[in-house]
Amino acid sequence: MRKVESAAAAIAEAVKLCDVKVMPMYPITPSTLIPERLSEFVNNGEMDAEMIHVESEHSAASAMIGSILCGARSFTATASQGLALMFEILPIISGLRLPAVMAVANRSLSAPLNIWNDHSDSVSARDQGWIQLYAESAQEALDTTIQAYKIAESGNVLLPVMVCIDGFTLSHVYENIDVPERGEVDKFLPAFAPEYALDPEKPLTFGPIVFPDSFMEFKKAQEEAMENSAKAIAKANNDFGKMFGRKYGNGLVETYRMDDAEHAILGIGTLCTTSRSVVDKLRANKIKAGMIRVRCLRPFPKEDLQKLAKKLKTIAVIDRHISLGFEGALATDVKSALSELRKKPFIACHIAGLGGRDITEKHLEFALKQGMRKKAGGWLL
Amino acid sequence: MQNKKINKGYKLLIGAVIDEPGSSEKNKTGSWRTFIPIIDQEKCIKCGICWMDCPDMAIKKNADGTFAIDYAFCKGCGICAKQCPTKVISMKLEGK
Repeated sequence: MRKVESAAAAIAEAVKLCDVKVMPMYPITPSTLIPERLSEFVNNGEMDAEMIHVESEHSAASAMIGSILCGARSFTATASQGLALMFEILPIISGLRLPAVMAVANRSLSAPLNIWNDHSDSVSARDQGWIQLYAESAQEALDTTIQAYKIAESGNVLLPVMVCIDGFTLSHVYENIDVPERGEVDKFLPAFAPEYALDPEKPLTFGPIVFPDSFMEFKKAQEEAMENSAKAIAKANNDFGKMFGRKYGNGLVETYRMDDAEHAILGIGTLCTTSRSVVDKLRANKIKAGMIRVRCLRPFPKEDLQKLAKKLKTIAVIDRHISLGFEGALATDVKSALSELRKKPFIACHIAGLGGRDITEKHLEFALKQGMRKKAGGWLL
Repeated sequence: MQNKKINKGYKLLIGAVIDEPGSSEKNKTGSWRTFIPIIDQEKCIKCGICWMDCPDMAIKKNADGTFAIDYAFCKGCGICAKQCPTKVISMKLEGK
């Protein structure tokens, strides 16, 4: 069914289609539209689910642990300081191997207080064992949310997934979207059937203490699950494409005009849409430009980027985040991934779009041209 | 490199799930003890307060109504000695 919706509403539509049973919610701008829409669905009887009005984001994440352990497919949404308050629970969810799905409408972290978009909230949480997928459009936000449950619940994965959308730039922007039929989604995503769930008839212990003699084995198993998830993400993207006719690159990385490209803009989220038109403009001026969009930040698509970088002379990495005291986290990851290449492209790393600052075509063209002139990156103010 | 001394014989299930109840009995905690409680059975009035207050359920009730400390699990916290109304439980330094 065709609709005109924002990415936040598109995610709510996806959650309804996935037959989510429990949604602990503590609304925070710019993710608020998601619980708002979901509560309408519950109220109208369109969704048979429990919405828990928790007292904080910490409780929202904690309540998801309980609901998933009871065998209920669960969902929450947050942003910025809300995600920061959940931080304590993030590694518990992933360590317990619970297939939670959470939408993050990316917003800067205070202070100074600011409600607008950058990636400092979710990128700061990237080490906590959550798969992180970043959407570029409202349609992709909807599709990724459905794929997220498929990936999270895969037998050799069982890890939580964050579906990240740029706050306002995507969460509040209305687009034409195609909402799949419930029956089709049911075929793609079977009912949640966890191997271990709380049951008074069969007592189990979840979350026991693990001593130094085996803690590392559990972390290694988690890392192996992360490695497995790369295949699950690619498979979910492919299978989804076959059923619904929409694909996003190989699931981990999406490219634009990269076949014969020599210079590429590399980024995450909506800035890639702007990059596409910059690439077109540069191509019209006989510059062999291309765009690489990192759709999946964790697991990091190292091999994909190595393959793409081999033929490149320049990469301009655009970070909507800064690890204060060093550089953007995406830049660090890209440089680390490409360090094994014998012939490396010149990598210019730029900080842009913090706290909702627009990233314009001018910024991106400047960033790439700086790199082409072998000049280091900087702040795109 | 493989770790040979792994997890005291427990299964390594996903997310550290324990799928059989009663596993805490396998984990002997008596070695944590610095002070060891000793009941003077002659003077004990068999009130059962030590048995009720032991946070680790390391005090067992015998068939004859007396109480015995399970030293395999007693961590030596001393709550039993503190709570005993007749003060017949003494805390001695372990190994002395």
